[in-house]
Amino acid sequence: METGSPENVGTMRAEPVWIGLPPGLLRMRRLLLVVWLGLLAVGLGLLLGMLAGPGWAAFALLPLALMAWGWVMIGRNWRSWRYAERADDLLISRGVLWREETVVPYGRMQLVEVTSGPVERRFGLASVQLHTAAAATDATIPGLHPAEAERLRDRLTELGEARSAGL
Amino acid sequence: MTTPGVGDAIREQRPVTERRLHPVTPLRRAWAPVAVVIGWAVHDPDQAQRQLTRLTTTTLLITLAVVVPAAALYGFLTWWFTHFAVTDTELRIRTGLVFRRSAHIRLERIQAIDVTQPLLARVAGVAKLKLDVVGTDKKDELSFLGADEARALRAELLARAAGFAPETAHEVGEAPSRELLRVPAGVLAVSLVLTGATWGTLAAALVVPPVLWLATESAWTVLATAVPLLGAAGASSVGRFVGEYDWTVGESPDGLRIDHGLLDRTHETVPPGRVQTVRIVEPLLWRRRGWVRVELDVAGSSNSVLIPVAPREVAESVVARVLPGVTVPPRASLSGVPRRAKWCVPVWWRGYGFVATDAVFAARQGLLRRSVALVPHAKVQSVRLVQGPWERVWRLAEVHVDTGADKTVTARLRDAEEAAELLREQAERSRTGRRDARPDRWMA
Repeated sequence: METGSPENVGTMRAEPVWIGLPPGLLRMRRLLLVVWLGLLAVGLGLLLGMLAGPGWAAFALLPLALMAWGWVMIGRNWRSWRYAERADDLLISRGVLWREETVVPYGRMQLVEVTSGPVERRFGLASVQLHTAAAATDATIPGLHPAEAERLRDRLTELGEARSAGL
Repeated sequence: MTTPGVGDAIREQRPVTERRLHPVTPLRRAWAPVAVVIGWAVHDPDQAQRQLTRLTTTTLLITLAVVVPAAALYGFLTWWFTHFAVTDTELRIRTGLVFRRSAHIRLERIQAIDVTQPLLARVAGVAKLKLDVVGTDKKDELSFLGADEARALRAELLARAAGFAPETAHEVGEAPSRELLRVPAGVLAVSLVLTGATWGTLAAALVVPPVLWLATESAWTVLATAVPLLGAAGASSVGRFVGEYDWTVGESPDGLRIDHGLLDRTHETVPPGRVQTVRIVEPLLWRRRGWVRVELDVAGSSNSVLIPVAPREVAESVVARVLPGVTVPPRASLSGVPRRAKWCVPVWWRGYGFVATDAVFAARQGLLRRSVALVPHAKVQSVRLVQGPWERVWRLAEVHVDTGADKTVTARLRDAEEAAELLREQAERSRTGRRDARPDRWMA
């Protein structure tokens, strides 16, 4: 079985070319955060202000603080996501506090999925998910441009077929 | 058949003979209503007793006159509507009276075949044939077949799965088996006596009910706890002895043969190259005698014991036959974890260790009950490096290796740099490891 193209052997040990996520996902997550927590803050403020007095309405600042913290967190999390296509495997690295790096050899891929929910579609985003025979393999790349997601899917499928291996 | 033309063409090309199960099968179904009644009586004893006193002989007779023929009819119909057929590439099972189900199982995807004979089936001379296929939760089974027929069918399925020509697959017959290991009954009994779980459940069964009686003085509570506890104690001692009695591991061109059981005989066959992980477990009390237990994982299978008990050298030689080209790395060759790991996992950190040889990824864990898990590089589906915040502080990380049997083997508490290097190397090794693996059709 042909595994690995010979011309790539030299570059194999080189640092992989990491690709980050496009800013669309960051925008979407931050917008969702602002919308939901903003609504919560307003609702809480109005309710407390009317029922318990204006002093109590200060509690509405709590969701706002949460929003500020979440804004930073989402940014850090978004920056931590990156992936790299190497000659024979796909690398996915993510996480700030709990860091995780996954390597999936192309030959082990059983199925590549491109999914896109209604909100994601509105923002022009799609995620690519890789499945191997092991259910524990959790290889998902969220928030890609649909065109990039489809390119990745086609390329992974093609590489997977070329290097296919059984269980 | 919506498209008769196409269907006919296929049928002409390959005549498929459909067969039925053994005629004893309907009797198995006859138990169903009885089981329902017993289940109801156990579930609600008060009500059951009241109903029983109200029953007169006539109503009883009428009920019997209705239930028994109904059960017999149900059994007969399910038997009548269950067919199976072996084609060149598939085993087809067609079943169902109301809800039709037809399963086509690709022979080269079969992970293991078991022939089991429960006690009553042994008396009747019939056997069950179970198939392990990746991705199904439930085993597909053919129950019951005549004992000889089951064995012949297993031989035929394995021959076809191995890639023998379809014309000769009938005649290949049962592949000769060479015995690798037989566990003597005495050793098995001693090993169970030396197992903590046996004593634990037994102690629980003897202590908990009296305590409950003193505390509540309610007979029902005591019964409700004592029965399951005694059941668990029985299952972990006598049950295991009966199940693992006369454990024989054999080797044949068809793969690994595992036969065991005192009352219910089970004959498992795992074709070559199907084993995903092997675990060698050494309970504390067995260490002085040098005994180990060996478990294995096959994709889509639930049965996992390879050897219930055997001396370490014998077990290692069997593992070497199961995973060709693999020698079990000696315990000393597994490098331990850095001392600073004690801040992450106090005391038990000493139990962790790991080594990657040319053929396997091996990780050990446990201090009292030691175990070593082996994954051949060719079976690795994906490799993951995970590092939590507290581990980052101590520059430690874990490397997970996922296999097709949905099991993950972890090298815990490695030095962070070593782990990063290991991640790269392991991905490379699992990619190249597949090159010399045997094909799915191992005789082709």
